[in-house]
Amino acid sequence: MEAQVTTAGPYDAIVIGAGHNGLIAGAYLARAGKKVVVLERREVVGGAAVTEEIFPGYRFTEFSYVVSLLRPEIIRDLELPKHGLKILPLPSTVTPMDNGDYLAAWDDHDLTRRELYRHSPRDAEAADEYSRVMARAAKAIKPVIGLVPPDPSSLSWRDLRGLLKLGQYGASLSEREIYRIAKLVTQSSADLLDEWFEFDPLKGTKSASGIIGTFLGPRSPGTAYVLLHHYMGEIDGAFRAWGFAKNGTGGVTAAIASSARALGVEIRTGAAVDKVIVKGGRASGVALENGDELHAKVVMSAADPKRSFLQFVDSKHFPDEFTQAIRAFRVRGSSGKVNIALSELPQFTCLPGEGPLHRGAISISPSIDYIERAYDQAKYGQFSSQPYIDMIIPSMIDRDMAPPGHHVASCFVQYAPYDVEGGWDDAKREAFGETVISTLERYAPNIRRAIVGKQVITPKDIERIAGITGGNIFHGELLLHQLFFLRPAPQWADFRTPLPGYYFGASGAHPGGGVMGAAGKLAATEILKDWR
Amino acid sequence: MGDLYQLKRTPFHARTSALCLPQNWRRWAGHIAVGSYDLGLEREYWAIRNHAALIDVSPLMKYLIEGPDAARLLDRMIPRNIAKLVVGQVYYTGWCDEEGKLLDDGTVTRLGETSFRLTSAEPSLRWLAMNAVGMDVIIQERTDQMAALSLQGPKSRAVLNRCCETPLDGLKFFRMAPNVLAGTAVTISRTGYTGDLGYEIWMESADALPVWDALIAGGDDFGITPCGILAMDMARVEAGLFMLDVDYTAATHAWIAGQKSSPYEMGLGWTIALDKPGYFVGRRALEREAREGSAWKMVGLEVDWEGLERVYGESGLPPQIPAMAVRASLPVRRDGRQVGYASTSTWSPVLKKYIALVHLERPHYEPGTRVEMEITVEHHRRHAPATVVALPFYEPEWKRK
Repeated sequence: MEAQVTTAGPYDAIVIGAGHNGLIAGAYLARAGKKVVVLERREVVGGAAVTEEIFPGYRFTEFSYVVSLLRPEIIRDLELPKHGLKILPLPSTVTPMDNGDYLAAWDDHDLTRRELYRHSPRDAEAADEYSRVMARAAKAIKPVIGLVPPDPSSLSWRDLRGLLKLGQYGASLSEREIYRIAKLVTQSSADLLDEWFEFDPLKGTKSASGIIGTFLGPRSPGTAYVLLHHYMGEIDGAFRAWGFAKNGTGGVTAAIASSARALGVEIRTGAAVDKVIVKGGRASGVALENGDELHAKVVMSAADPKRSFLQFVDSKHFPDEFTQAIRAFRVRGSSGKVNIALSELPQFTCLPGEGPLHRGAISISPSIDYIERAYDQAKYGQFSSQPYIDMIIPSMIDRDMAPPGHHVASCFVQYAPYDVEGGWDDAKREAFGETVISTLERYAPNIRRAIVGKQVITPKDIERIAGITGGNIFHGELLLHQLFFLRPAPQWADFRTPLPGYYFGASGAHPGGGVMGAAGKLAATEILKDWR
Repeated sequence: MGDLYQLKRTPFHARTSALCLPQNWRRWAGHIAVGSYDLGLEREYWAIRNHAALIDVSPLMKYLIEGPDAARLLDRMIPRNIAKLVVGQVYYTGWCDEEGKLLDDGTVTRLGETSFRLTSAEPSLRWLAMNAVGMDVIIQERTDQMAALSLQGPKSRAVLNRCCETPLDGLKFFRMAPNVLAGTAVTISRTGYTGDLGYEIWMESADALPVWDALIAGGDDFGITPCGILAMDMARVEAGLFMLDVDYTAATHAWIAGQKSSPYEMGLGWTIALDKPGYFVGRRALEREAREGSAWKMVGLEVDWEGLERVYGESGLPPQIPAMAVRASLPVRRDGRQVGYASTSTWSPVLKKYIALVHLERPHYEPGTRVEMEITVEHHRRHAPATVVALPFYEPEWKRK
């Protein structure tokens, strides 16, 4: 689609970025009767939630690939099922072991228990209690996610009321729960898991969700919280927490875009924003890179914090303190993706033949040490020579993802530092892809000969293609000092910015990343509250 | 590889599966268990009450606890006094967390001075190990290695006397003795989950099939009948026996405090040996509850038949009775205000009464209290008049004789 010549029609709101948060914000604003345009730099909508046919017939979920946290109220409010959203179960996780055995978590409690019992009777029982404790802790923390974070240093009525609400909520928790949560937010995932378990592949696999999207290792303090963050999705459905959207995550954004259009939102692709126009101390529109100008009462950015505050807006419109905080916001990309088109299913030596493992996640995470070692290399500027890999085979869940008899595999890989020594170039990207294939080959020897196409994505590519500064999948790491009322900057976690009329509602805002949509929805709510 | 995606089968599967013609299978502790061998439950139920019902109870969790500190470990874990448990005796007991809330219930059998068998509904290895820190004790899970059959009914003793090397006449209620059956060593305890005369036979899994075959052959004259767990479920309600995850929630499974139950609330006050010396898990909380009384109590409820007829009659219907025990929570109210709930209700074929295990707030749990239980008649919420009664509902004189 060509970028249209500007009509500059006065809009109520301009949303920068047609990722899931931008589209959700746009849809909610339109639902409230506002005239909205959502601007997308690329020719496709979706941001980091896109499905693209990189090789004819093979559809890749290029960046984000699973859904767990997408808020159910958003699904209902925007009638996403009517617009094609289907979230299919991703029922298991299998961890191949170096000795030829494997560890599986199936989607049935009894089967999983039996499987774990095979390796460690003690862990089989501990796992039950662990998941209950984590689920309870997640339940205790979850209400916080739906709140606009109150600023504890502020005396405004709204903040005080928010704090009071949180305080009342905190008081409803038992002493035990408060200790547990205090521990969870300060511990490393390795320490947490060592308290509970003895079996290395179990600990390795569980620790992996504590490091995803962060530049931390399982022994870094704070990772236990990230682990809990990933537990949130488990509360609503208990089972089948992680899902795979029909047509990939691009299917999610396509449904949101369709709903937004039905609500009257105009979506312009190929419309890269150059600057936010400021008039009389207020954001009043945007100037596109092609020179067009669009005007509106409010502008919301769903781009990453660096782009939103250091690139789109002249820093003279912000207090120094704010600019400093955004500069200091850590957005170090640490992960890559390798998307593979396959002529046959990978055959895992630990579970030969086609089986349930192909319909779930395959996790290369034999131990905490393995992942920590992978991190060690990344710390000093190398990509991991034996990385953590989370592989799914979308074509086994949704047959429409690949030609008949063929398959696509999506491999999330960590660690791949954004600032790799010497910088990323084609040779290094190729070497990174090769590392992933040879790692997988150890567990599924036929994978190399089955490859008919391969797309290797480094953090640099995430930045280049999806436009996320630093290539961090969460627009900024889920570190404790970057969460809640500190995300993206102290005093500005309520989706407003120091520039009146300019709002911020993306993964870099509270409550953080994942295909969750909470930031977009909450930002729209705040915009509407301010509407005069 | 196939069995990785299936539930476990018990050591009797070759026999039970051949007989389970309706394919009525249920899930029990990671196993498949026969729900019923007939399409209906009546024949199996009446085998429990009139003949001898043979029930595969192998999925029960079983642990062998041995060593110089085995008694000390159990004395710490359960509220009953292990010092008074003599060799060859069985305790039924619940056990609690530090807050005096039930974690599980089962039996403890003293096999020898320093050797015990624990059965439980939930996996208990972790809890045992946590309590055994610093103790000289070996804990072995025996769930898969050991098969168990429950033989329940007034003719069960006669069946065993015919099949076993040593007659069972001297074995008292809640006692256990080694025996020989079908040429293999077994232990037999006079225990069960039906409130009738009954025994449980414990054997190595490898010996399961010969024991089953010998019982079926020897019991034929006495009407021995393979029986599924659904008929047992009706009998256990009549006996006033409760079930984990149905009639109470394990403290570790509870999302909120209100879901937890104390042994006093579940009618297990008689198992709490506050007079025993020393510490046991939950002691302080249980002492407090003993002093202050319990806020709740599980008791029996008998629905008035005439009242039930009237409530159904208002819709032009005769009373509709569920064909098996119902595990739905049904509100119980008094004077229009909810005072508790039923956790399991069933038609009692022997009593010809509609009965329920109910949990009532103080003071509504006194026997004789008139309450109402919610029932659904023609898609409408109705209230059937009912009376609080003491448990058990049914206890034949031959149970303990």
